This record gives sequence, C-alpha cells and structure tokens, in this order.
Amino acid sequence: MTGDIKHLPLEDLHVAAGARFGAFAGWSMPLTYPAGVMKEHLQTREHAGLFDISHMKLFEISGPGAEALLNRACPFDAGALEISQSKYTFFLNEAAGIIDDLIVTRLGQQRFMVVANAGNAEADDKHLRALALDSETKGVFDAKVDALDRVFLAIQGPEAWAALSRAGIETGSLLFMHGFEPRENWFMSRSGYTGEDGFEIGLPEADARNLVARLLEDERVMWVGLAARDSLRLEAGLCLHGLDITPEIDPASAGLMWAIPKEVRASGTFIGADALRAILERGPAQKRVGLKPQGRQPVRAGASLFNAVGKPVGHVTSGGFGPSAGFPVAMGYVETPLASSTSPLFADVRGTKIPIDINPLPFTPHRYRKG
Amino acid sequence: MAKTYFTEDHEWLRVEGGVATVGITDYAQEQLGDLVFVELPELGKKLAKGDTAVVVESVKAASDVYAPVDGEITEANTSLSSDPSLVNSAATSDGWLWKMKLADESQLEGLLDEAAYKAHIG
Repeated sequence: MTGDIKHLPLEDLHVAAGARFGAFAGWSMPLTYPAGVMKEHLQTREHAGLFDISHMKLFEISGPGAEALLNRACPFDAGALEISQSKYTFFLNEAAGIIDDLIVTRLGQQRFMVVANAGNAEADDKHLRALALDSETKGVFDAKVDALDRVFLAIQGPEAWAALSRAGIETGSLLFMHGFEPRENWFMSRSGYTGEDGFEIGLPEADARNLVARLLEDERVMWVGLAARDSLRLEAGLCLHGLDITPEIDPASAGLMWAIPKEVRASGTFIGADALRAILERGPAQKRVGLKPQGRQPVRAGASLFNAVGKPVGHVTSGGFGPSAGFPVAMGYVETPLASSTSPLFADVRGTKIPIDINPLPFTPHRYRKG
Repeated sequence: MAKTYFTEDHEWLRVEGGVATVGITDYAQEQLGDLVFVELPELGKKLAKGDTAVVVESVKAASDVYAPVDGEITEANTSLSSDPSLVNSAATSDGWLWKMKLADESQLEGLLDEAAYKAHIG
C-alpha cells in the first residue's frame, strides 16, 4: 500500500461513538466501539448491526457493451441476470487466480453495479478499464466504467428490515441477492457478509448522515466494527479476499465453483477460462475447508497444519473465536484427499500441536431472506 | 504489606514475601478487547525478564504478556481456563495471571509506581 491512509467520510461519527481505529486495506477503520467485539457480534445476530463499509468500492458499468465486458471480466453470465438480480462472482487473472470477489447487480438493460473490496479497488479499476473502449487502454467493449463516490453502509441482522422501515425505508419485496436504486444516487441491495438477513446501501454523504442518525435512534441498532464483521463472516464461512482467497488461489480450490454456471465453465470466454478448465480437468491440489480446533484455544491465520504423523498438509487462512458458535473457528486449505477427513489434523500454535477437525461450513446457519 | 508496581508494557505486580502476583492493567485489557483464551504458564518454569510468560487471546488477536522480572512460576490462575473474561471484568483482582518467586528483588527498583504508570498512559 502506497500513499497516505484514507479516512472514511463519516469518521467524525465513529470518533463521537467512541470507536477504536485500526488500519485495514489502506483505510483507517473503526475496529470496535465501546460495546466490544462480543456484544457487537451478538447484537448483529440477534437484532441489527450498522457497519460503515465505505472503504468498499462501487463501480457502475454502462453502455451497449456492458454485458459483454462483464462476461469477459467475470466467470459468469451477465445476460442471465434479470433487472435487480445480484450475483457473487470474481475477477480472475490469466492463471484463474482470484484478483477480487465481488457482487454484480443488473440495474437496467445496459447498466450494472459492481461492489468490490477496498484493498483491491485499484486492481479492479485497472481490470475493468483495460476492457472498456473509452479508456486510455482502448479496450474492445463499448462500455463506460465509473467509480462512484458514495458512503456505503451495511445494516445486518434479523431486525435490519424493521429498523430500516422505522427509518422510512421499506424493503418489503426485496429478496436476498437483489438490489435497486431507491432514490437518485442511492443503491440498495439485500445482501451482506455476516450470514444474516441484511442490506447494503450506497448513498451520498449528506443522505448517509441523515440515515445513520435515524437508525441509531432505534435501540435495536448499534454500530459494529471491523473486528465483529470479521468474526461474523468467518462463522458464516465466507471468504475474506487477501486471506482465504488471493490471486494465487483459483475458485475450484476455494470451493467457490457454485458461483460459476456450468455452461460458463464449459464455453465461457472470461479471463482465466483456459487455466480454470485445466485446473478442473486435473482437479485442484488443495481445497478450502472449515476447521474447528478442539478445546478453547483459537488457531489463527498462518498456522501450519499437519497430519497424525507430522507431515505438513495445509495451512490456516482465517481463524479466531466465534462468539455465536461459542468455540474457536477457522478456515484453511488442506491437500484435496484430506478435505473430507474425519480424523483430526494438528495445527501448530507457538510450538504446540492443537488437534483440529475438518468442520462443515458455515459454523452458524445462514438466515438469508430468499423468498 | 504488599506493594504494587507497574511496567511500561501495562502489567501490574503485587509483591509480598518475595512473591509477585502479575496481571495486566485495566488500560491493557481495554486495548485488547474481549478475551477468549489465556495460555497459562507451567508451574516451576523459570523466566528471565522479557520472556513470554502468558499469551492472552482476544476474538481478533493473540498478545504476549512478558515476565516483568526474573523468577520462577509458582502458581497460574486456573480459573481463567473456564472464564478468560475475568481479565476484562477484574483485571487487577480476580483476573490476575500468574505468581512468581522473585529471583532478584532489586529488579523491582526499575519498575513504575502507580503515579508514574498513570503518567505513562496519559
């Protein structure tokens, strides 16, 4: 990361709320508020948590070639998306490594919204603009790429819809993985990264300040920081780009092939298609799995995994404590034959070998509103 | 009469009869956030000043707690095995971490008193 650290447009509100800040993906982000990561996590599972995720980037892709551009940029079928429908997909490099994971929503016949990760915003921008005709690189697709300047809020949890309703925003007919533009320069989707029902709203700063004020009047809603966002997504078995998925990891190894339709796998012309087909042909050497340490001690990212005779067989990519699960939770990669192992592996934690079981993901069931 | 000392690494020591009870300060537990696991030391382990004595783990991260002076572990607070959150709720009382027999009491002279520690954390 080069240059100065970036600050959230609503930083003053987080300071006033007593947030503790830390650096993440080049941004100064609220990690926790005075309630603490445990309470913030549980509040989100039981009521509603409000997250400032303005570090994430919204791109609008528009024009007659928008659909074709996305079909080249992502291993999915943009043409199959109905208006307001969202899909989880990726940008892949030529080796089928994951540059970023993202959500694409069709806004209109020739308009799409792409929500991408903070740390990869520059790489994503480059990836998209390389394909667009009007850009300096003179790509081939007749489409325009606009990086939007928005505050981006997530409100997550079983009472998120009710809190939004009380704040004057009706969400009634919107189903999970759908999004639309409720007002000028707003984008709202029923989505999130906690495993709970919830919404993500991109909007201008002045509107965001009004909405935050109204939401926080509701006792069901509290600010939730990045620390709880991480424990929530880990319990939900969701990948964090930079840890669980990286440009060195392909969707087959990551167990994310569900996001790539069969016909796209077979005949799609997305970047990385040939490499991905070759990987599928021979089968990935390693697979992402959920990991549950036996006992209470958390096993964290970077820990090596061994089999019973001490042979290295993988590593942990995310790990911590699951406040709702009530035990330590982790994810990582193991040699493919071990991905369905029922006997424990061993994680090295500061020289001690901790028994750790392969565990199905998610650790806490998803509670999305699918219809 | 027990005397309490502090370190710049946010530990406290209560010394009585050549044995120090050691814990982290309220300021430190606040910085760490909710603790979920404490890796306790083995009894009889000899530590030099600056060695890692205990690892405290929050939801998010693991942090080392160092031996503030030379000595030998005589007791670990085993109630933290079932309830690590005692360190959050009672950092300077029930949330103590370990007891150690001091090897060299003159090392205490280099530590902070309460007023100096308060000035240190501002």
